[in-house]
Amino acid sequence: MARSQLLSLLASLVLLLGWCPLPAWADFALPPLPYASEALEPVIDATTMSIHHDRHHGAYVANLNAQIAANPGLTELSLEALQGQIADFPVAVRNNGGGHWNHSQFWTVMGPVGQGGKPSTQLLKAINASFGSLESLQTEFNKTAAGHFGSGWAWLIRKPDGTLAITSTANQDNPLMNLEGIERGTPLLGLDVWEHAYYLKYQNRRPDYIAAWWDLVNWNEVNRRFAAV
Amino acid sequence: MAHTLPALPYDLDALEPHISRQTLEFHHGKHHNAYVTNLNNLVTGSELENKSLEDTITAVAGDAGKAGVFNNAAQVWNHSFYWQCMKPGGGGQPTGALADKINADFGSYEAFVEQFKAAGATQFGSGWAWLVLENGTLKVTKTGNADLPLAHGQKALLTMDVWEHAYYLDYQNRRPDYITTYLEKLVNWDFVAANLAAA
Repeated sequence: MARSQLLSLLASLVLLLGWCPLPAWADFALPPLPYASEALEPVIDATTMSIHHDRHHGAYVANLNAQIAANPGLTELSLEALQGQIADFPVAVRNNGGGHWNHSQFWTVMGPVGQGGKPSTQLLKAINASFGSLESLQTEFNKTAAGHFGSGWAWLIRKPDGTLAITSTANQDNPLMNLEGIERGTPLLGLDVWEHAYYLKYQNRRPDYIAAWWDLVNWNEVNRRFAAV
Repeated sequence: MAHTLPALPYDLDALEPHISRQTLEFHHGKHHNAYVTNLNNLVTGSELENKSLEDTITAVAGDAGKAGVFNNAAQVWNHSFYWQCMKPGGGGQPTGALADKINADFGSYEAFVEQFKAAGATQFGSGWAWLVLENGTLKVTKTGNADLPLAHGQKALLTMDVWEHAYYLDYQNRRPDYITTYLEKLVNWDFVAANLAAA
């Protein structure tokens, strides 16, 4: 190939790439942590936060994006809308799409100790109606989170009938997913009980992690999620 | 007949640097021990109290109402088996009749390794990777949480724990590194060969 032909080919390639829409694999992005990785000390250590966000969450995003080629319909859905249609997709989308949504919510429902505010009057009213008190909610939530066997999440959800409930899901499933066996509702607060969420600091003591975690809960975000239903 | 925690078949630091003393202290002394305690608490005073561990597992397998018993009993069995599947200075290729059987059923040792690594890496969430004998043929499988070959009519020959607690202090998110190390440095092929011979 002559040099001029090669240059012309390269120029065409550049033009072609320039005109193409953004490649589909860029569609889902890892959101940055809304605070520094050490901001949740001493409840969750900086090393755990960095590995959890950068490596685990990062891998879910990368693996979800790797599914786009085989499942082009993914590009037409928001991450949240995907959860409600997850049964239409292969298990790799369920696992990684769930992992992306679950972790994205997890970072936002936490914050530095003492900066999370309190449940709003409206939320507290709903909590009292469904559980009797905030303390009762926490007792039930702790029991569910500690008793969940294997990897998964514990949730406070608002059910379609308006009442609140505590539930848990396995692995990276969540209450938005249209899957059999899942108690569906709008997640207000989700706690990661995969061992990677706490093992470096708490090892086998999951109940200690759960008890300490309440100091991180960002009620301002929980209030916002409740009001948005 | 209360279930008991078996002693580790080697010292706590015997698998260093591949699996740390700290990991084994928690894994054996806390996790495995808790499964034993929970199981005894669940079966004491019930019709399962005097059953052997394996009879307990098969009696409750598939019974949703007995999931707690199954989970704890199976995890007691899985961990007791897992400790024996490793030894200091282990790993590498098997020899003798076991090697012949692997070559016959997988095509090659490398083909077995590829399947076993994939099973461990793709077991999403907590669980186990296995080499089992099913109807006379070797097979690689994976199971979620506490599930095990005994509940599926298979004979377990080798297992690898891929619950995060098995490797997180030493490898964090790098499960594939743990799996490679397990195969290259830890597998006790003598134990696997004895399991095959006894099958």
